[in-house]
Amino acid sequence: MSRRYDSRTTIFSPEGRLYQVEYAMEAIGNAGSAIGILANDGVVLVGEKKVTSKLLQTSKSTEKMYKIDDHLACAVAGIMSDANILINTARVQAQRYTFAYQEPMPVEQLVQSLCDTKQGYTQFGGLRPFGVSFLFAGWDKNFGFQLYMSDPSGNYGGWKAAAIGANNQAAQSMLKQDYKEDITREEAVALALKVLSKTMDSTSLTAEKLELAEIFLLPSGEVKYQVCSPESLSKLLVKSGVTQPTPDSS
Amino acid sequence: MECVFGLVGDGFALIAADTSAVHSILVHKSNEDKVMILDSHKLLGASGEGGDRVQFTEYIQKNVHLYQFRNGIPLTTAATANFTRGELAIALRKNPYFVSILLAGYDKDIGPSLYYIDYIATLHKIEKGAFGYGSYFSLSMMDRHYRSGMSLEEAIDLVDKCIMEIRSRLVVAPPNFVIKIVDKDGAREYGWRESIKDAGVAAA
Repeated sequence: MSRRYDSRTTIFSPEGRLYQVEYAMEAIGNAGSAIGILANDGVVLVGEKKVTSKLLQTSKSTEKMYKIDDHLACAVAGIMSDANILINTARVQAQRYTFAYQEPMPVEQLVQSLCDTKQGYTQFGGLRPFGVSFLFAGWDKNFGFQLYMSDPSGNYGGWKAAAIGANNQAAQSMLKQDYKEDITREEAVALALKVLSKTMDSTSLTAEKLELAEIFLLPSGEVKYQVCSPESLSKLLVKSGVTQPTPDSS
Repeated sequence: MECVFGLVGDGFALIAADTSAVHSILVHKSNEDKVMILDSHKLLGASGEGGDRVQFTEYIQKNVHLYQFRNGIPLTTAATANFTRGELAIALRKNPYFVSILLAGYDKDIGPSLYYIDYIATLHKIEKGAFGYGSYFSLSMMDRHYRSGMSLEEAIDLVDKCIMEIRSRLVVAPPNFVIKIVDKDGAREYGWRESIKDAGVAAA
């Protein structure tokens, strides 16, 4: 019903809905999930990789995690090519800010700026919305560590824990149950891995199917964005009880 | 013959500027305030071409306010200085603003700071600075008497020494000066140094 209001992206349906935006969110519901958790000493992002093949050059490219600026990173869920455009836009906006003010762009301002771009595609131009949801993780000196989630409509919110992509509702309710205030980065990693293992479709969880990134402060005060190597990720999976240790002697 | 100078003291920064509005040989008024209060904790002392000064400083002031309204947090003094310099740099290659600026501010985490921005978009973070014809005299006085971390009384004493030097040595010296300070309690007017009072006109 009301299918005649589908194809135009920038008009409302009689029930007051933007179908194209909702369809974009459907597309993301089929993509690999990602979870973000805000800890008191950092932010943790975990993503499920859909493309796994021995032939993939994992050292040269990441599928889910991208660095926007030295103090800001994001996890994506949805159409990768759309995500690349937005990530580039975000990077340019962050550098433009630093060019004008010689300071890193506050995290919320970057998220807001990118969401303003996304909103434009729901109101004018006749182009379809971007089929990507983001989890932004970063640090700035005004509000410390922050986690934001944004979707194709251009809405965004600040979260303590959030999930996007496939089975995000199940993941979100699990996070609601198990998240506690003052969680440390280590506990957040364990929680994220546990929740992801329960909501992912695949039967066994291995390091090749996941990406893990953390944002934290070095003792020098500098912000560090670190992607976990596959070896450490396997060890973490064993430690958090998600996978059984491989029966090799060491 | 404009004179603007400023310095950083112990927990405060101040800017002093002459208050003459001059057009060729005519003095329009002697109580023109050239030190703008940019926001709660920033001062902008500017001198230069008539229309450019007001146009540019008001543009910066409104952009600083807009940032605060949009983002809920004020710009730091350093960010404001870099933004101002950037605007001058962009205009420079089209239609330059002939305005030189001393920007003084107080940030909670780093204390007072002073920035020198001249009309060709040079930016320097400084402890003491000046421009205009008066700078020949005030810079020399400050070189002689300035120390890092001066108290407000010592700093005002130095400002008065500079004003006296300008009055006695500059051929068409401006008669009146305004002094404004910025510290943890905010940006405000400190006082005036008048040798000629405009007849029956309240100070601006």
